Amino acid sequence: MSTSTAPLELPAAGPGDPRRQLFVGTAVACVSGSMLIGSMLAIWVLLRERVVSQGERFPVDYIIPEVVSNVMWITLWALCLFAQWAVYSGSRGDRAHTGLALGVTGLLAIAFINAQAFVYVDMAVPITDDYYGALFYAMTGTMLALVVAGLIYSVVAAFKSLGGRLDDAEVLTSHALYWYFVATAYTAVWFVVYVTK
Amino acid sequence: MTTIDTRPVAAGAAGDSATAPALGSVSGFFAAFAGWLTTTDHKKIGRMYTGFGLLSLLAGAVLGAVLGLEKAASDALVDSGVLLQLFQGYRVVLVFGALLPLTVGLSVAIAPLQLGARSIAFPRVALTGFYSWLGGMALTLAALLRNGGAGGGNEQAVDLFLVGHGLMMLGLLASAGCVATSVLTTRAPGMTMRRVPLFAWSSLVGSLGLLLVLPVGFGTIIYLLIDHRIGISANFGGSEGIGAWISFLYTVPAVIAFAVPAVGVAAELIPVTFRTRQAMRGVKFAGIALVGVAALSAVTRQFLFPVTIDTDQTFQAFVEDLVPFLVFAGVPLLGLVIAMGLGALTAKQGLQHDKPAVSPGFVFAFLGLLMIGLGILGNAVQSITDLELIGTSFEEGATLYVVYGAAIMVLGGFVFWAPKLWGVVLPTKAVLPLALLGSLGTVLAAGSLYVAGLLDAPGGIPTNEIAVQAVLDTSYSARAQLLAILSALGHALVAITGLAFAGLLMKTVRSGDAADANPYHGHTIEWMASSPAPEHNFEHVPTVASAEPQFDLTYEGTRA
Repeated sequence: MSTSTAPLELPAAGPGDPRRQLFVGTAVACVSGSMLIGSMLAIWVLLRERVVSQGERFPVDYIIPEVVSNVMWITLWALCLFAQWAVYSGSRGDRAHTGLALGVTGLLAIAFINAQAFVYVDMAVPITDDYYGALFYAMTGTMLALVVAGLIYSVVAAFKSLGGRLDDAEVLTSHALYWYFVATAYTAVWFVVYVTK
Repeated sequence: MTTIDTRPVAAGAAGDSATAPALGSVSGFFAAFAGWLTTTDHKKIGRMYTGFGLLSLLAGAVLGAVLGLEKAASDALVDSGVLLQLFQGYRVVLVFGALLPLTVGLSVAIAPLQLGARSIAFPRVALTGFYSWLGGMALTLAALLRNGGAGGGNEQAVDLFLVGHGLMMLGLLASAGCVATSVLTTRAPGMTMRRVPLFAWSSLVGSLGLLLVLPVGFGTIIYLLIDHRIGISANFGGSEGIGAWISFLYTVPAVIAFAVPAVGVAAELIPVTFRTRQAMRGVKFAGIALVGVAALSAVTRQFLFPVTIDTDQTFQAFVEDLVPFLVFAGVPLLGLVIAMGLGALTAKQGLQHDKPAVSPGFVFAFLGLLMIGLGILGNAVQSITDLELIGTSFEEGATLYVVYGAAIMVLGGFVFWAPKLWGVVLPTKAVLPLALLGSLGTVLAAGSLYVAGLLDAPGGIPTNEIAVQAVLDTSYSARAQLLAILSALGHALVAITGLAFAGLLMKTVRSGDAADANPYHGHTIEWMASSPAPEHNFEHVPTVASAEPQFDLTYEGTRA
C-alpha cells in the first residue's frame, strides 16, 4: 500500500456553468407536492367509496358551486400563462412587462384565494359534519396552502427579478414551474372533489 | 451564486483564528455555540443530525430492551398505563429519531464533499429542516409523555403527537430535497451522473425515496389532525385509528427506503478496501436504485398484495398474485442481491492484484449490509400468506434488522469519513470490536423476533390496551420467554455499542492525532480536501475525469 500522506492534487477547475439549482430544487419540491396531493386524493376516494358502498351520497346535503370551482380551475391555468409571460419578458430584459406579468400572476392567485373563501361561505359545510366536513377542509385547505405558497413565490420572484436581477431567468422559470404544478394539482382536486359526486 | 463559485471568506468567520474569540473564554463559547446554531456548513448540519440520531438510537435500544424484559417477566416491570406509549415511543424513536436522521445526516455531511461542491444546495433550508425535525421529535416525545399517541387518553396530546410528526416530516423532506438537489446540480466540472460516487448516488436514491414516501405520511397527518382536532373523528377511527393510518412509516418496506443511503456506505467501501475499481458500475447504480423501489412498496402498502402458494389455484390467479409480490417485495431484494454480488465481484477483482486493506469502517459496513439483507429478505418472506407471518413479531424483526443494520453502516461511515468530519482516525483496535458487538446485538434482537414470529408470537404496533396485552403475551410457547430475553439482550448490546462508539469518538476527537488527508486511500474527491475539511470544503474545486479520480492518481498506470 502506498504510504504517502500528502493529498494528491487534481487539476483545479475554472468557474463552472450554473446548474439551475433553484429550478431543480423547485422541481424536487413539486415532485413532493404531487405525492402529497395524490395521496390525499387517494384517501379521499377511499373514504368516498366507503360511504357510497353503504348506499349514501357523497356529500349528502351540500350543493357544490360548480361555476365558482370551474372558474378557479380556469384561473390557475390563466395564471400559468402570465407566469410564462414573465419568463418570456424577463429573458428579453423587458422590465415593465415582467413586472406586469408577475403582478397579474399575484392578482390571479389572490382571486383564487377569494373564490375559495366564497366556496367555503356558499357551501357552509360545518367542519363537525359526520364525515365530509373534515375531509373537505383538509383537502381544499391544503390546496389553498399551495396557492398561498405560490403567491409568496411570486412576490419573491418579483423582488429578485425587478430588484436588479432581471437577467437571471432562473427564478422566473422556477416560479412558472411551480405554478404549472399547482394548476395540475388543482385540476386533479377539482375533478375529484368538485366534479365527481 | 452557484455553489461552485469561489466562496468569499468573511472576516471573523470560523477558521479565522486572528479575529475569532478564544474558545476557552465565555464569549468564545457563546460565539462557537451561535456558530453551530446558525451554521450553513453542511458538515456541521449533518453532524447535528447524526449526533441526535445516535442519541435516539441509544434511547430506542434501551426502550426495546425494557419492552423485551417486560415480555419475558411474569410480573409487570413497568406500569401498565404507560406501556402503550412505550411501544409507540420505541418505534418513533427508532425510525424517526434514529434511522432517518442518521441516514439523512450522513448524506448531508458527506454527499456534497463527494461531489466536489463548496456547499450543499440551499444550506439554510437544510438547517431549517434539522430544526424542524428536532422540534417535531421533541413535540412527539412530549405528547407521548402526556398520554398522547395513537390510542392515547389525552386528546390534546394526541393532536400534539400528530403536529410533531408533521414537523418531523417537513424537516426531513427539506433536508432530503437539499441532498437531491445537490447531487443533481453541484457536481464538480467533469463529474457526469455516471461518475457520481456510489454513496452520493445512494444518497440521491434515498432522498428521492423520502420525497416520495414522507408526503404520503404528511397528507395523512393533515387529514388525521383536522379530523381529530376539529372534526368529530368520524373518518379515521379517532385516536385509536391513527395507528392504522400512519403505522406504515414505522415498518418494512418504508424503513428499507429510508435505509438506502446506508447501503451506499458499503458500496463506497468495498472498492476502497480491495483497492480496485467498482466492477460494472452502471449495474451497481441500478442495484442501489432497485433497493429504492421499496419506497413505492411503502406508499402502496405492499402487504396488501400478498402472494399465496396454493397448488389448487389457477395459473392466472397465481401470476396475478405473483407479479405485485415480485415488484413490491422482490425488486428491493433483487437490488440488494445485485449490489452484494457486484461487491463480491469487485472484491475478487481486487484480490487478483493485492491484499485487501480491511479498515474498521469496512467491517461495520459489511456486517451492516448483511443485517439489512436479512431485513429485506424478511420483508419478502412475510408477504407469503401461507406462512401466516403477517401480524406476528416477524415484522418487528425485519424492521429491526433494517434499522440496526443501517445504524451499523452509518457508524461505519463515521469511521471511514472521520478524517473529513473531525480530522481524526478512529483507533482500529478499539472500534473494530464495536462492529462485532453491534452486529451480534442486532442478530439477537431481530433474529429472536423472527423465530418468535414463526412461533406465531403476536406483533405489530399496539394502539390500545388489549393489543398491548396481546403483544406482551408469551404464553403461546415455552420458548417465548427465552426469545424475549434474547431480544432484550440484543437491544442492550446495540445500546452499549452506540454508547461506546459515541464515547470513543469524543475521546479520539479530543485527544487523537490529526489525520492525513487520505488515510484510507479513498478513491473519490472528498479525499482531496484537507482533514478535517474546511467550511468551504475545497481550496480549489477539482476537475474530474473519471469515476475514481483519487484512485487514478494513487495507482496511476499500475491498475486496470
